[in-house]
Amino acid sequence: MSETLAAIPFVSPFIEFGFMRRALAGCLALSLGATPVGVFLMLRRMSLAGDAMSHAILPGAALAYLIAGLSLPAMTIGGLCAGLAVAVLSGGVARNSVIKEDTSLATFYLISLSAGVLIISLRGSSVDLLHVLFGSVLALDDAALLLLASFASLSVVVLAVGLRLFVLEGCDPAFLARISRLGPLAHYGFMVLLVLNLVAGFHALGTLMAVGIMILPAAAARLWVCNIGPLLLIAMFTAFLGSFLGLLLSYHADLPSGPAIVLTLGGLYLLSLAIGPLGPLASRWRSGWHFER
Amino acid sequence: MHHLRGEVAVGSLLAIVGPNGAGKSTLLKGITGELRPLQGQIELHGVRRQEIACLTQLTTLDSSFPMVVHDFVAMGLWREIGAFGGVSRAQNARIDAAIELVGLGGLERRPIGALSGGQLQRAHFARVLLQDAPLVLLDEPYGAIDAASVRDLAALVRHWHDEGRTVIAVLHDLDHVRQEYPETLLLAREIVARGDTAEVLSDDNLRRARQIAEGRGGGEHAPICHADEGTK
Repeated sequence: MSETLAAIPFVSPFIEFGFMRRALAGCLALSLGATPVGVFLMLRRMSLAGDAMSHAILPGAALAYLIAGLSLPAMTIGGLCAGLAVAVLSGGVARNSVIKEDTSLATFYLISLSAGVLIISLRGSSVDLLHVLFGSVLALDDAALLLLASFASLSVVVLAVGLRLFVLEGCDPAFLARISRLGPLAHYGFMVLLVLNLVAGFHALGTLMAVGIMILPAAAARLWVCNIGPLLLIAMFTAFLGSFLGLLLSYHADLPSGPAIVLTLGGLYLLSLAIGPLGPLASRWRSGWHFER
Repeated sequence: MHHLRGEVAVGSLLAIVGPNGAGKSTLLKGITGELRPLQGQIELHGVRRQEIACLTQLTTLDSSFPMVVHDFVAMGLWREIGAFGGVSRAQNARIDAAIELVGLGGLERRPIGALSGGQLQRAHFARVLLQDAPLVLLDEPYGAIDAASVRDLAALVRHWHDEGRTVIAVLHDLDHVRQEYPETLLLAREIVARGDTAEVLSDDNLRRARQIAEGRGGGEHAPICHADEGTK
């Protein structure tokens, strides 16, 4: 049975090699957990904020690395603390001073990123820095896989239970504030989910690439549908498809896997731009199409 | 805004008019609790703040959000279903009925981003309709919509009035106010006149309101003075 399957070029690397299966499982977890968070990031016009936050977790992870070495729990806790600190600090400054939200976030993430790189260079080699910046999806061990899976499960459950809350917080926050006191819970809950998933993505894809599996599938899916439910499902499917193809690409062409996955996701986005019904080309050709992009 | 004292009886249909900067929207925000009076108080007898349905002039709705009309209007049921409850078949029927009533029948599956300004405002009215609120606040609800839509939505407001709901609307079109609203409050940072619409909207009163708003009426003497604000 496995011999016949192994003859199929799309499947054989995953059958032959355990590290490919682990990588695929890790990517599946990220597609289920991180991508829906990315959809909400996109809808709240926070795509760049997500990118900034992904860099903000670096010094926490780096400090943990300095103290405990390449330890998964330590780096996770460090990343969580740093990410949440930057989220709370930048939000606080934006609300209580003349500095606007985007500038506030940029200042803190720049401080955070440079501190992180500095800390790593104090002890680590450039190999460690590469690991932190670009992850190591082909070297996920049991502990890392378990961490990815549990973060993904948690976010799927939280997003499913609080979907209505997150949707309303995203599309009409003032209305939510009038009818319910849960607005701040939705906001900060979402930030916690974001940081959790960034930390998960950071183990697999590194801080520079973690946002890729959040935003690219979300943006690609947005070019196909204009309803939030299908949008979330299509984004998750796109993320998994992109990771699958990206892993194959990296295997066959002997390319670094993180960038290969994110580039494949980018390719799916460009394809959606070209043929998606809400893309710029489709709306030009089909003048009868009335949906708003 | 100062020296505001008054009551709005349950079931009133009250228009608030006045020049720009008169404090009309501020007063509504005071009622919803978004703003707190510097002095005095606003009391709501028998209405909780969450039960107020409010349609503001600049809605914060992000109309590019991927959501269809049906789901948007369904948000009006929040008080019944909350953040986590399911929508029953009966409630779904009410959502469809509300959409039908505001004249959007057949557009249930249309994304809100594809609606015209008038249609979007109708959808907002449908959401208010489902909120089933004892007190409805409207802040310039007919801002940028055509005459036919105004006519339909005004009929809806009359219907709310007939059902015994209290409706307070900030409006600019004085002819519309004269036709539709029995009671009017003319505001220019203080009460210029209040009562029967025909009497309140006299040329004298309107001129006086304009003068106060332009700073010729001496309204600046007492930036913060002892005053009471009472509503309903």
